[in-house]
Amino acid sequence: MTERVHTITRPVLEVSDLNVRFPASRDWLGRPTSHVHAVNGVTLQVRGGRSLGIVGESGCGKSTLAQAIIGLAPYEQGRVAIDGQDFQTAQGRQKRDLRQKMQIVFQDPQSSLDRRLPVWRLISEPLHIRGGHSNAELHAKAEQLAAAVGLRPEHLDRLPHEFSGGQRQRIAIARAISTDPDLLVLDEPTSALDVSVQAQIVNLLLKLQRERGLTYLLISHDVALVRHFCDDVAVMYLGQIVESGPADEVLGNPRHPYTQTLLASAPSFETPLPTLAELRIGELPNNRKLPTGCFYRERCAKAVAGCEAPQVLQRLGDGRRQARCHLAQG
Amino acid sequence: MMTTGIVESRGQALAIHNLSLEFPTFSGAIKALDNVSINVAKAEIVGIVGESGCGKSVTTMAATGLLPKGRYRVTGGSVRIFGHSTLAMDESQLQDVRGKMVSTIFQEPMNALNPTIRIGKQLTDVIMRHEEASLTDARRIARDILADMLIGEPERVMNLYPFELSGGMRQRVLIAMAFSCNPGLIIADEPTTALDVTVQAVILRLIQNRARRTGTSVIFISHNVAVVSQLCDRLYVMYAGRIVEQGATRTVLDAPQHPYTQALLRCLPERVAPKQELEAITGAVPNLMHPPAGCYFQPRCKEAVDLCRSRSPQLEGADGRQVACWRRGVGPEISEQGSRQ
Repeated sequence: MTERVHTITRPVLEVSDLNVRFPASRDWLGRPTSHVHAVNGVTLQVRGGRSLGIVGESGCGKSTLAQAIIGLAPYEQGRVAIDGQDFQTAQGRQKRDLRQKMQIVFQDPQSSLDRRLPVWRLISEPLHIRGGHSNAELHAKAEQLAAAVGLRPEHLDRLPHEFSGGQRQRIAIARAISTDPDLLVLDEPTSALDVSVQAQIVNLLLKLQRERGLTYLLISHDVALVRHFCDDVAVMYLGQIVESGPADEVLGNPRHPYTQTLLASAPSFETPLPTLAELRIGELPNNRKLPTGCFYRERCAKAVAGCEAPQVLQRLGDGRRQARCHLAQG
Repeated sequence: MMTTGIVESRGQALAIHNLSLEFPTFSGAIKALDNVSINVAKAEIVGIVGESGCGKSVTTMAATGLLPKGRYRVTGGSVRIFGHSTLAMDESQLQDVRGKMVSTIFQEPMNALNPTIRIGKQLTDVIMRHEEASLTDARRIARDILADMLIGEPERVMNLYPFELSGGMRQRVLIAMAFSCNPGLIIADEPTTALDVTVQAVILRLIQNRARRTGTSVIFISHNVAVVSQLCDRLYVMYAGRIVEQGATRTVLDAPQHPYTQALLRCLPERVAPKQELEAITGAVPNLMHPPAGCYFQPRCKEAVDLCRSRSPQLEGADGRQVACWRRGVGPEISEQGSRQ
């Protein structure tokens, strides 16, 4: 545990100017003629033992960002570094070691678990792939991990279909922590679960973070969950981060017009339903052809002259917060 | 301002009385509903909250005759929609009730629309069937109601197929369809669960505005308590096929009396400080093939006493506020209540 003091200061995950695009159509030679621009220049940093939440509407690129970080989506531009080592340029053994340092938990534990493998094999699969363990060792390791996530030893020989959604998500979490990773990417880990089960999973994840000094990147559309779970938050819109900073500050006093709309629409016990005038009807613009200037301009209630220029993330006030809006400074 | 509509009219849009229902299977019957009573006054917006599998959708589907024939058995109780008993109706009578008196908005807008038929025709078919309108009139009604749902260029949208619309647009088309024949009661079964919060807020507003303006009653089924708190006048909390608590939304959420309602609200991250442990409900929902004796929540309840394990509590209390719990019912004399049963 003396190592933990060490890990708190250095960034476990560094993403700089990441761009991810997918070919949307091709000509007769198979060359792409247009692209879906899913992630457009994302730069972020998560320090050891902390949690960063990414919020935004569906289609804003938050899941693609998670997949690019974990190495599931290829990218041409930008850099992702885990513990200071570039993932994309790593080769062979180094790349395999880097893979072990980050793991992902998906939204739907029904489809992310192989339904023909018993639980102990599911949990120890990453170790099995790494190699060098006997079956008995894997089983023993699986038993330890199962206990850490609150599964009982008799569960180990069962198949995934015998479990409820919450327990399946526990299995997925046990599998994710099996390689002792530094970074855990959580892609909507509780959106398929009921609130009472969500509470159990959230508690488990917070407990694991305290015990193991894990670093979390939480992708979610649930503002209340992010406020509860994360130290920092980044709000995404059309593949860009439009606002970021400490969670309580950004979600308590949003400066970007999009963050303000998002928070006003989030269901809440304290505030009544917003009126139609307060809500902005509209959807994310087409991401095949990115808009010029500020991406949010067409939906923005506060659009003025100056919004037709591309917006950059500016530091606000004390420098811990950033917003991509020229009006947010004042 | 919002609550005046309820006081004015005392008539009942929906009266479900002690409805019990089971699904027979080879290994035994699953008791999906047990003595469920739900009343919805005219022009009232009522919420039903509960976790998956608690019977909230089954209740309304049974009431409107939408459950698959022969797969379920009503073991007691009655359902009246505007005074018409629907449980005894045959399919053609039900078709007259559905659409004209009551219509349902489902969760998945893509599955509820026919993918091969243009939006306009799907809307006008419903209107012509129930309102006996000519095609021209039906198109005009459809256009007006789409515009009312804030769909820009309704004429153009009517010529599109469902796949050409976004999820939020499709759901607004479905709401337009549900309101198109001016039914007295709308059943909204998790209509916003698949949508983003920004779209969700718009949808909720549109439902609420239209219902208030036309005096339509709404039953809003949801697992999201925060959404229900913003939309509904009154709410029912369901657990394992039983109603455990009902009352005015504010009263129930500010001072929940049933241990399940209390636990459900304590699970929400909204109500605790960041990073604090959430109070998860221990244990799991009971198997409804072999429900526990007494109160169904008793195996997970921290306050359960012997009486809770032997006898089922009934919903008790004044009309506005009812709780089914031995520990918090209407009076302190638990034994007296027990002997009355």
